[in-house]
Amino acid sequence: MNVKLEDENPINPSGPAAWDAGGGTSGPPVSPRGPGSVGSAAPGDGSRSNLASKLRWQGRFKVWGGQLLLAVVIIGGWQWFTAEHWVDPFTFGQPTGIVHRLYTLFRDGTAFGSYPEQILVTLQEAVYGFLIGAAAGILMGVSLGTNRYLSSVISPYIKIVNAIPRIVLGSIFVVAFGFGITGKMLLAAVLVFFVVFFNAFQGVREVDPNVIANARVLGAKPLHIIRHVTLPSAMTWIIASLHTAFGFAIVGALVAEILGSEKGLGLVITTAQGTFDADGVFAVMLTVAVITLVAEFILTRLERRLLAWRPQSRSDAPAI
Amino acid sequence: MTGVTSLLSVAAMSLTHGASPHSARVELNGVSKRFLTPSGDVFTAIQDVTFAVEPGQFCALVGPTGCGKSTSLSLVSGLDKPSSGTVSVGGTEVVGIADGVSFMFQTDALLPWKSVLHNVALGPIFRGASKREAQASARDWLRRVGLAGFEDRYPHQLSGGMRKRVAMAAALINEPRILIMDEPFGALDVQTKAIMSNELLALWEQVRCSVIFITHDLDEAVALADRVVVMTSSPGTVKDIYDIDLPRPRGDVQEIRFQPRFVELQRQIWSSLRDEVERAYAATAGAMA
Repeated sequence: MNVKLEDENPINPSGPAAWDAGGGTSGPPVSPRGPGSVGSAAPGDGSRSNLASKLRWQGRFKVWGGQLLLAVVIIGGWQWFTAEHWVDPFTFGQPTGIVHRLYTLFRDGTAFGSYPEQILVTLQEAVYGFLIGAAAGILMGVSLGTNRYLSSVISPYIKIVNAIPRIVLGSIFVVAFGFGITGKMLLAAVLVFFVVFFNAFQGVREVDPNVIANARVLGAKPLHIIRHVTLPSAMTWIIASLHTAFGFAIVGALVAEILGSEKGLGLVITTAQGTFDADGVFAVMLTVAVITLVAEFILTRLERRLLAWRPQSRSDAPAI
Repeated sequence: MTGVTSLLSVAAMSLTHGASPHSARVELNGVSKRFLTPSGDVFTAIQDVTFAVEPGQFCALVGPTGCGKSTSLSLVSGLDKPSSGTVSVGGTEVVGIADGVSFMFQTDALLPWKSVLHNVALGPIFRGASKREAQASARDWLRRVGLAGFEDRYPHQLSGGMRKRVAMAAALINEPRILIMDEPFGALDVQTKAIMSNELLALWEQVRCSVIFITHDLDEAVALADRVVVMTSSPGTVKDIYDIDLPRPRGDVQEIRFQPRFVELQRQIWSSLRDEVERAYAATAGAMA
């Protein structure tokens, strides 16, 4: 309703804002979706909104209940089967054993330093590798996506390199850089690079040509177009890739450590493997899962901030 | 208020193209554009197109679908090069992006990740204005299109008509000598379209740049334009040119439809356009059969 009213206002170029003068509506503008879509939750009909929130909570409890049940079945089943020795706890670990192993890892540390130190080393390799790989991936993706000649020249090589099992590069890096963190960082960066690169490249290719034509006519130089049009447009793709990319960074760092290192969670894993300590391997896995979940959380916050312009959930669309 | 406005627009003008006149003559002379299709054939989009738009004139381009109207305009803006013939703006031949030209597309070319204010401010920023100048000028233009108070909205939060107004402000902020509009209101509903046409006329009466306006809608063309160019179906060439002598200011585009002179002109042009529309239709119907 309000939207239509505004459209009928004649333009009043010299006077005060036509919208203020004629519309008689002084509140904030109505979003295109209008109030209709959220009518059921409108304040005023209290009983109905109470009912709605009750139903919503009921739904949530149902989901949480299901999730809890699933965890109990899996972990409890594991514990039960190994406790009854239907499954050998020595080879397959045992939940209580894993928790205990985690506790001793934190209390006693490892042969090569405290456990938090190992976590920090791996984290450092993964984060640096992630940052380097993501930056390189975005840079290459955007340059190749915007430059047809460059992409024709380079893309076959990228395909070839992508076809190589890159994990093996870890061995080369151990030979080249020794047991320090450089090689681990690089392997993580290489794994991250390809994920981010392909997404950035595709994202740049998906930019609406109309929008670019318009920017060019308005006087944009190529750098303007990249900064104001291409990069923000590809950002949706790039950010989506970062979620997977961080997982790859951790994998890269761990594998490189397993191939040869003097510190880090990968070394804790190889040590545990060498002593047939299944609980130890699972304990490190659990640690890595926590790290990845925290990183995921941070990335989701970043995503929300960078993509704030996108139409979000329905609830915050109408400003009235 | 008016003083401030004109001062600002003078500032913006001197910023974009110095002391050059505010509108320019557009001339297409024997222009053809051919494309190579993927199968290797040569497709002629437009052939030997010749027409001129006088400085400050509102020129409408009508013709059946696929007759190369949009192609002609991309040549004027310098987004594309003609295969033969010359396109000149203000007496100089167009090579690369023409200076002082703004474009308005059917689908709005607003950036969804920028607020309304930042979208409108892009033109001056691309042309090297400081952020503050650009935003001041953008605020002024938003007020002129009746969108004061909407600066911080994102495009997806606006209605179709409001987005068109943002696009108009974004196109006019560079004080173009030529405004090219490619079916700008084609996607709007009939009522909003009429409102937007009126607003366009009101704005144009102030800035008086030359306008080239593509449309399918003959009524819209006659109501808005000083000159209507009818194009033939593919390959497009100019069939007839009509000068519309309805007095300015035209007032309400919906009222003007009932004037006898409007009806007369409309009938004349339609008789010329009808053959082309039927030919284009027969061609597509033939392709389908």
